[in-house]
Amino acid sequence: MELKEKLVSSFLAFENKGNIDLDSTVHALRLKAIQNFEKVGFPTKRDEEWKYTSLNPLLKLDFSLFPNAEKSVGFKNIEAYLINDIESYTLIFIDGVFSSFMSETTHEDCDVCVLSSALARPKYKMIIDNYLNTIANKNNSLSELNTAFVKEGAFINIPKNTIVPKPIQIINFSTGSEKEVLLQPRNLIVVGENSHVQIIERHQNLSKNTTLTNSVTEIFVHKRAIVDYYKIQNDTDESSLIDSTFISQKQQSVASVSTFSFGGKITRNNLEFYHEGENITSNLNGISILNDKQHVDNHTLVDHKSPNCESHELYKGIYADKSVGVFNGKVIVRQAAQKTNAFQQNNSILIDDGATINSKPQLEIFADDVKCSHGCTIGQLDESALFYMQSRGIPKKEAKALLLYAFANDVVEKIKIPQLKSLISKLIAKKLNVQLGFEL
Amino acid sequence: MLKINNLHANINGKEILRGINLEIKAGEVHAIMGPNGSGKSTLASVIAGKEDFEVTEGSVVLNGEDLSDFAPEVRAHKGVFLSFQYPIEIPGVTVTNFIKTAINETRKAQGMAELPAKEMLQLIREKADLLEIDRKFLSRSLNEGFSGGEKKRNEIFQMAMLEPQLAILDETDSGLDIDALKVVANGVNKLKSEDNAILLITHYQRLLDYIVPDFVHVLYNGKIVKSGGKELAYELEEKGYDWLK
Repeated sequence: MELKEKLVSSFLAFENKGNIDLDSTVHALRLKAIQNFEKVGFPTKRDEEWKYTSLNPLLKLDFSLFPNAEKSVGFKNIEAYLINDIESYTLIFIDGVFSSFMSETTHEDCDVCVLSSALARPKYKMIIDNYLNTIANKNNSLSELNTAFVKEGAFINIPKNTIVPKPIQIINFSTGSEKEVLLQPRNLIVVGENSHVQIIERHQNLSKNTTLTNSVTEIFVHKRAIVDYYKIQNDTDESSLIDSTFISQKQQSVASVSTFSFGGKITRNNLEFYHEGENITSNLNGISILNDKQHVDNHTLVDHKSPNCESHELYKGIYADKSVGVFNGKVIVRQAAQKTNAFQQNNSILIDDGATINSKPQLEIFADDVKCSHGCTIGQLDESALFYMQSRGIPKKEAKALLLYAFANDVVEKIKIPQLKSLISKLIAKKLNVQLGFEL
Repeated sequence: MLKINNLHANINGKEILRGINLEIKAGEVHAIMGPNGSGKSTLASVIAGKEDFEVTEGSVVLNGEDLSDFAPEVRAHKGVFLSFQYPIEIPGVTVTNFIKTAINETRKAQGMAELPAKEMLQLIREKADLLEIDRKFLSRSLNEGFSGGEKKRNEIFQMAMLEPQLAILDETDSGLDIDALKVVANGVNKLKSEDNAILLITHYQRLLDYIVPDFVHVLYNGKIVKSGGKELAYELEEKGYDWLK
């Protein structure tokens, strides 16, 4: 059976299985979403937005849709994937199931907990009704698919005037309890006025089996709130990730998303920002370092709807072997969005002849008093810089790595959590296969 | 120490060096002068091992060892240092981290252990003082946003750290005002010893007032057309190069 059919035919069973106490609005959302998904199906290369990324190799596989969680996973199995040297709230999911004993949640000054419990409790009904699936893009059939099976994920609700004292780590593990596993985490994050939160999200396969994760995150950033969101994508070669993140910002808010893609088979990031007020700042940063046949596709959208807002986008990519990178950065500046400052940069280095980058800046500007720029460079390593370093006794391999470090550095510099910055530096060094005697 | 025998080198099929012969002994300072396009910088790059140039004939021998087959970093490990006319900017890598990496890679190649952090720091401070370099400067990204003078000073700082046997200074005086030139020259003079040698490449006699050469060679059209003592530099300053053609 094809994956689409399998999903559609499992829907009823999923709906009837132990969620009867759910609020009817959620049932209605799911039903609408599965109908949409059934109509449209998985995207193909014929879709303009999927021209360079094919899901075909994945869709032939016989995914288990509701995997059994491996019970024997203990803290020692997952420790390496957590940032342990900082205090943090942690939300750990094993094969899609929340692991309360390995997590650290809170309901004190804010809610850092799980969606399944928020969906079931009347206390949160208003938030669910007001926010869930309100900004997820309905034209994105994968996001609709996620909505059809919405059940579990992070639920973060920060009331106004709250500085969350420590970062929140959301980590989704798959244990390979079955040969091919489909996971569909759903995160809902609401950040109240004047509040501030830092979130780190990671997906990690602990086995050699195949995992496909279709993740959706909706983030609501209210007036003057600040959200720093970091995505670490360094999964195994058997793991693919489709990440759709939708962000709605109110006036004077600042939302920053940094995406670090170092591993995985196929990674597709849909990152969409919607402005609902003036003086908003959106920051989109990314580093992709790929080798072998890894494929990362970054599709971003910033929708400037109001005046006096700015967006800053900086994506860097280093592509080796036969890896493929895609960058599609769309910026819309609507007629009302006068005095917009929108900047976009995509810089890529191709290390090997077989590597590919498809870079497509897309600016649609309907206002006349705006500052918008985009820059796109695709190059190779600077030979004269290599010679310079070699002439100081630094071997070619290390010299190359230093240059690549330097290339990625301005994105690394933007990381606001020092321990995360050091982790990313280490991951980069590992990915470039060098031991440098220092951290950047 | 250094022996260059009948050296010919091409770039993209064009012959730039057409038979250079030069011998430099330990403790000596040599200067190579010549008009634009005579092959001065090419000679420096070929000695340091830049791969863009193809050596078609002849050899560069350091301490009895032919360098021809060695990569630039191996030549550096054997004691060759080239101060660049246009040093490269490397954002994100601080001066300190860069020089640490260079020192430790060199020590590794020479079979020595890494220099302990404390000693490294001490050495860095000592050499920075020698070149009157502000400590804050050491934590800036290598050459990024440096003035011409700062770049050159930083080159000589690296030379001081690496203590090469043979230092080739390519147009080190260009971009320096007179005060900076004095500091740099003073640094170079302090690094000079009976065991090392310096090859200065310059357009002008100005630098040679501060770093006094034992020998001056005139390079023209890929060949050394005249050699002499330091007085040759004054003669060139006065008469230009035309009389040598």
